[in-house]
This record gives sequence, structure tokens and C-alpha cells, in this order.
Amino acid sequence: MLIRVPSASRCSSADITPESVYLSRRRFMAASGAGLALGALPGVAFAQDVSPYEVPVPAEQPTWFTEKLPGVQWRAVVPLDETITPFEDATHYNNFYEFGPDKGDPAEHADAMDIEPWTVQIDGAVEKPGTYSVADLVQPHRLEERIYRLRCVEAWSMVIPWLGFPLGELIRRAGPTGGAKYVAFETAVLPEVMPAVDSRFSLIDWPYREGLRIDEAMHPLTILAVGMYGRILEEQNGAPMRLVVPWKYGFKSIKSIVRLSLVEEQPYTTWQNLAPEEYGFYANVNPNVDHPRWTQARERRLPANLFSTNVRDTLMFNGYADEVASLYQGMDLAKFY
Amino acid sequence: MKHPIWRASVFVLGLLPPLYWLYLGWTSALGPDPGQVLVERLGQGALVILLLTLSLSPLQWTMRWTGWAHVRRQLGLWCFAYVCLHLTAYLLFILGLDWAQLGEELVERPYIIVGALAWLCLLVMAATSNRWSMRKLGPRWKKLHRLAYAVLGLGLLHMLWVVRSDIGLWLIYFACGAALMLMRTPWASRRLKQRRRARQGARTADRQPPAARF
Repeated sequence: MLIRVPSASRCSSADITPESVYLSRRRFMAASGAGLALGALPGVAFAQDVSPYEVPVPAEQPTWFTEKLPGVQWRAVVPLDETITPFEDATHYNNFYEFGPDKGDPAEHADAMDIEPWTVQIDGAVEKPGTYSVADLVQPHRLEERIYRLRCVEAWSMVIPWLGFPLGELIRRAGPTGGAKYVAFETAVLPEVMPAVDSRFSLIDWPYREGLRIDEAMHPLTILAVGMYGRILEEQNGAPMRLVVPWKYGFKSIKSIVRLSLVEEQPYTTWQNLAPEEYGFYANVNPNVDHPRWTQARERRLPANLFSTNVRDTLMFNGYADEVASLYQGMDLAKFY
Repeated sequence: MKHPIWRASVFVLGLLPPLYWLYLGWTSALGPDPGQVLVERLGQGALVILLLTLSLSPLQWTMRWTGWAHVRRQLGLWCFAYVCLHLTAYLLFILGLDWAQLGEELVERPYIIVGALAWLCLLVMAATSNRWSMRKLGPRWKKLHRLAYAVLGLGLLHMLWVVRSDIGLWLIYFACGAALMLMRTPWASRRLKQRRRARQGARTADRQPPAARF
């Protein structure tokens, strides 16, 4: 079951949503209501073309994004009883090692990355390989808002409203051939704006690479995100286009993608290669399989503060077990971590 | 007591950083995960203080000023205090005071074991840092307090195992620690002491009254 419709008795998330988000949601609902009324009139189309969140929106968003906004299916997937992480935290506490090892480095340095124009190379076992602009890749799809839990392998978590479309739809359009068993992804390497890419002390062999099994990639929960909080992605969050796989540790959800290959063999993935005993290819969120250096049974839901540490139990498959557990039937998840 | 102002300044300088970090955490200036940031800063703070403590002897060897040795015990105790705060922050913010989990971590995680060992060494040194222990232990006291070198090794290893992708900062600490240990080799420490003697000699020559002119 992909889209959960919460029963009326469980509609308590508004009580715990931060006020700013809550208020803007009301504003958005009111706007939608107006839209419905106007839509009833012939020839008058309603467009929800502003972010329903009270967050900073760049003055100039690319047209490939803004022309998609009116058609967005808002709140297509909403987790039960979760508070959306404030935009400020979601954009200033990031791992994007190309921009530096500290959580604040991406927000400080990523602005310099030029995301327009941007192209993605699609190759390997596909009928239509080529280099496509993000605009072309997004154009055929309706954007959906997916509010997902994000669980980092470092035992912290957030809840983020992404805007994107299922990766499976894009793969289908590319026409996978018989050899398409896995999908391999690569992040851009831009030494002039990414300080760590040239650092002698970085242990990572750039480009950052990730991969999925084809059935994981085709799963309806797996999306390519181009926006967040009703606007385009911030560079530090992986603009212009990133992967979001909500049941896996965050490092699987590769950012600022420049290449997507359909391949026959399990692809090279960055963290697995750097420390194979610590990071597996699958990297499914699993409270029963610890990272060698810390427990994965619990997580800190951010933002935390000195008075409420927000330590909570981690859920199997990050709470998406109903949807994805069948992908791993019969597999020993302690071995294929 | 010699050097009262110097000692008091060192005391204030040791006290200020944790208070400042707590204040930053209090006002949400440490970001959305202040517990983690406090743990990291207190740990690195302890390492910096340990390196400073270990640099006192070489400074003493090279310079005439006697103030360096007079803050050694204080700095050692500050290092212990920072490590205790580091541990408290870890228990509070990372483990959420889950004691069963602590038991598990102490058994399973090499870097936690190494960190705990370093803390135990510091505890032994802190407990024997008073004059009574110094008298009681006699020459064994000096040997016991060479544990500081073990703490340096354990602390660096503890940090190395936490580093995920960038070892630049760790290499800086390692280089400082290695340099301080190299200065303690007999050859290097003799050279350093000779330099002081040479300088002292030069100074006493300066101070000699001018030769009689008549």
C-alpha cells in the first residue's frame, strides 16, 4: 500500500506540527478551497504556484520547476504523526562530503554550485541512452509531494517534504533492456566549488557513487526529488536532482546526480568501498543490525535541544516495512546489511 | 604561591570554553543536534588541553620562566574535567541515559573501550594529583603519571576511529602529539635543555656589571 489515508481518529499530526508550517498549511488549504471553487467556473483554472510552506524561496526558480508547480499532487504520501523538520535545520545540517566534512560545510559552500543548466547522462542497458537536461527529464512527470522520514546512518533523523517523481517512471521511459539488473548513480565532481574533492585528507574516491537493485529502483516509494518544502532543492540538499529512498540510510540517497547507468553487476558504491564492514550495499534501515561503532536501535530526531534529546526507537525499514519488506524476503539482513 | 595571576588566568581560560558551549547549546546556536556537537567539542577540547599539558615540560626545558611547571597539575585536572563532561554529554545526549545500552557499548565498541580506558587512566592520575599522594608514592608517582602518554595514544586512537571521511584534523592532533613525544627522547630533550643553558649563559653575561673603567 503506497498511499496511506489516515483514519479520522489518527488525524492528530496538526497538533504537533510547528506553528509556522501549520499556519501555512491552513493558508494552503484555504487556497486549495478557493481553487476548487474557481475551478468550477469554466475557463478559470486554479494554480497552486507558491510554496505552501513559509520558507525562503529563491527569486528565480527555473521555469522547468515553476511550470510544474500548478500540477503538483500535494501531500501524496504523508507519514502518520510526524512533525516536519524546520526548513532551516533541513538545509543547514547536511552531509555532502564534497563540500566538507562538517555538517555546516555544505550550507556554507554549496551556493557556489551552478545548477542551471544541468545535464544527466543516462547510459548502460537502456534503449534510449543519452545526455538529458533536467528540464527534459522532469517534463513528462507530474510532481508529487512525498513527506518522508530521513534516517541517517549516524543515528539522527528528520522528516522532509520532498517534491519529485518516481524513479521507476524515468527508468521505464529510458527503456531498460535485459541486462538492467542494477542502477548506478554518480554525483557531480566540481573541483572549483567543492573544496573536499581536491583535499588530500579526504578518504573518499570521488565521484560519490551509489546504487540500487532494479526492483528497489522501480519501487513506487523511490523518487527523484527536485524540490523540498514546496520550492526547488537547496544546493546542499542535492540540487537540482537527487535520489530519495526513504527506507534506506540517507547516504544511499545520492545528491546532485549527473549520471544514471543501468548495469548488470552490483555497482561500486562509495561508503561500502571505503568501509565494507560498516556500510553495506543494501543499507536498509534496520534497528537489529548495529553499525560496528554505534547502535542503530535508536535515533535522535532533529531538531533536538539540551532539554529534550528526542531519542526514539528506530523502526524497521524506517517505518516503511509494509511497503518494502517483501523486496528482501528470504534474505539474511544481518549478512546483506 | 608563585605566579598567582598566571594560575588564575589559566583557570579562567579552562573554565570558559565549556560554559560558552553550554550557552551556545542553550540558545540553539549549535544547530539542530547540539548534544552531538557538545560531545565533539568537549572531546577535542580535552585533547587540546592534553597536548598543552604535554608541551609544558619542553617549554620549561627551553625557557627560563618558571611559570610553566606551575600549571601542569591544573591543566591535567582540566583535561580530566573535559573528559568527564564529554562522557556525561555522551551518556545524556547520545545514549539518552540508557544504561543497558551503555553496557552493550562498553563490550562491543572498540572506540568506546579505548575511550573508557583513557578516562580510567585520567581518573587514576587525578586521584593521585594531591601532595599527599605525591609524598606517599615517592618515585613511583612520576612513573604512574607517565600514564599521560598512554592517554594521548588512547585519545588519538579513540578519535581516529570516529573519523568518517576526512582525517585532516586528526592528522594535525597526531602531528602535535608526535612532536611532543619526540621532544621527550633523550637526544631531543638534551638539545632543548642545552639551548636554555646557552641562553641563560648569555643573559648572565649581559647582566654582569661593566668592567671597571679605571
